[in-house]
Amino acid sequence: MTVSSTNPADKQQGLVARGLREAFFAGLISLGMFSLYIGLKTDQNMRNELVLVTRWGLLATLVILAMIGRFLMIVVVQPRLAARKSAKATAAHGQAEVPGFVARNLTAIAVVALLLFPPVIVSLFGMQGSLKWIDNFGIQILIYVMLAWGLNIVVGLAGLLDLGYVAFYAVGAYSYALLSTYFGLSFWVLLPMAGILAAFWGVILGFPVLRLRGDYLAVVTLAFGEIIRLVLINWVEVTKGTFGVSGIAKASVFGIWSFDVSAPNNFAKAFDLPMSSAYYKIFLFYVILALCAVTAYVSIRLRSMPIGRAWEALREDEIACRSLGINTVTTKLTAFATGAMFGGFAGAFFGARQGFVSPESFVFLESAVILAIVVLGGMGSLVGIAIAAVVMVGGTELLRELTFLKAIFGPDFTPELYRMLIFGLAMVTVMVLKPRGFVGSRQPTAFLHERKAVSGSFTKEGHG
Amino acid sequence: MTQPLLQVENAETYYGNIRALSGVDIEVQKGEIVCLIGANGAGKSTLMMTICGAQPARSGRILFEGNDITRMPTHLIARLRIAQSPEGRRIFQRMTVTENLQMGASLDNQAHFKEDVEKMFTLFPRLKERQHQRAGTLSGGEQQMLSIARALMARPKLLLLDEPSLGLAPLIIKQIFEAIRVLNKETALTVFLVEQNAFAALKLSHRGYVMVNGKVTMSGPSKELLANPEIRAAYLEGGHH
Repeated sequence: MTVSSTNPADKQQGLVARGLREAFFAGLISLGMFSLYIGLKTDQNMRNELVLVTRWGLLATLVILAMIGRFLMIVVVQPRLAARKSAKATAAHGQAEVPGFVARNLTAIAVVALLLFPPVIVSLFGMQGSLKWIDNFGIQILIYVMLAWGLNIVVGLAGLLDLGYVAFYAVGAYSYALLSTYFGLSFWVLLPMAGILAAFWGVILGFPVLRLRGDYLAVVTLAFGEIIRLVLINWVEVTKGTFGVSGIAKASVFGIWSFDVSAPNNFAKAFDLPMSSAYYKIFLFYVILALCAVTAYVSIRLRSMPIGRAWEALREDEIACRSLGINTVTTKLTAFATGAMFGGFAGAFFGARQGFVSPESFVFLESAVILAIVVLGGMGSLVGIAIAAVVMVGGTELLRELTFLKAIFGPDFTPELYRMLIFGLAMVTVMVLKPRGFVGSRQPTAFLHERKAVSGSFTKEGHG
Repeated sequence: MTQPLLQVENAETYYGNIRALSGVDIEVQKGEIVCLIGANGAGKSTLMMTICGAQPARSGRILFEGNDITRMPTHLIARLRIAQSPEGRRIFQRMTVTENLQMGASLDNQAHFKEDVEKMFTLFPRLKERQHQRAGTLSGGEQQMLSIARALMARPKLLLLDEPSLGLAPLIIKQIFEAIRVLNKETALTVFLVEQNAFAALKLSHRGYVMVNGKVTMSGPSKELLANPEIRAAYLEGGHH
């Protein structure tokens, strides 16, 4: 374009005109494309004859959506991206930007917000109304956060691509389900046991794949996940096959209060509260929150310990590791075992929450979702992974809530069915915009001198 | 005669059915710099791998301080304080320079970490400037320096260097070789060096071995090898400097 007007109003006008023009063309193209796909539909009538149904209304909606989208892209999104790019370029020359208050205290803010989440939700929506938010959103997301953090140890830190992670989740869930129904053991006894059993299976998987890397490792772990699932389906005498194990005991507050309605030490009875299933969900929310906290703490601590550093070195170069005296066999096995252990914890929790486990919950798609969360979040970054879990899991739950879409796309439109489509679209978008995930940078763990000060602008001699 | 630090006795190494080393004998005495020169595919790197257990010898023996290490796994050999700067440097790309050095010190329980890092920074001042940088962003020469420094962090009794000059500018090669010479002189570090750059290697080392087709064909003090007309013709005047 030859327009190089200095007047911002002129520039804005030119932009709007261009936007309108582009929107018109976008409308034309989408009209051409969609009139056959969407405007016309073949259907059968009562007499089994093929008839042509027209859907001009829907066609018009889509064309208008395309036009609005194109217009906004030209007038709002593109100038903003360009502005940000040039701002970044100038900022790079000047001082490094000081992270804002939120960025600096992100962990503290997140923890406080999560601790306050149940009471706030209960006061907003009432006991019964809070169920959906705490269970479907809170607990569901936190389970995936925990799973993804667990897998992050294997994939993000040790660099071992594991496509069968859900197997350990299944081992944990079935450990709790079977041991509690057959032997009547409590959740708090079985939680560590589920972790240990899953870790044991992690080592079992680890041994045959010690010499494999990359694609080959991925294929074997994928098969391992399927083997566990098929065993769960076919070992009917123990696992009850596809029917699954139902009536799994609920977790109790360390045996002091129970959430069974008939129990004498029922939580609601003990505190003279009206009966509600919400207490159990709120309790579970705090349990999974604590489990997540443990996972995060262990991951962070391990990273700065020799074994964590060995994992990261292993991801970079296995031969160099050996030449530096690192035993790659034990290093790999501990990575598998540690990651699997957290999967096992999450599985036991899942069993206690659902009260029912069946092989259907442990299909390959689950592994793929967990891996997608790790990759989207930026491998190795706990914060990024947590954000990715909120977006992916919360996003799909949110789709169920979008009833207004029915007004646009007709009453038989069910947004959940488009879950995978949107899921894929979101992933492609994120990978194009942020190829290394939400938080792609890696925090170093070794410093010669302790890092001083928050930033150079606070103290003059603050360079570590 | 004192016991050599490293002794390779009649080593034969195979890749499947292909014999890469056929009866190699090499000795490295304490405090020496010994170099092994030879053309591409002569078996130099294979010998290196055989010494550190990555491709163990089918017959023959490798002795370190008199102990047989022929069939020991690599990481245990490394724990005997045989440090290695492997072919292709193999630094940890996504880790910072300091973290790379820390990985090298992991055998040492980090007790002398700060002290040793400072030594490395005196030896290779370029690394100090780059200490917070990701190792993958360093230049080739700096990566080679880092690879050697990482090996030295383990306080090795024997340093194995596989083609440290590969792909580097002559000036950088000079710097790196000078650093090795200083190390050997000041700390009596024993170095076994495999090189294609015969001239630089022979200038640096005390003794040299020449390898052709998996066999040692000549050996002796480096000065004599440098003066040997056969070697001059084969390795020094044929394009290598």
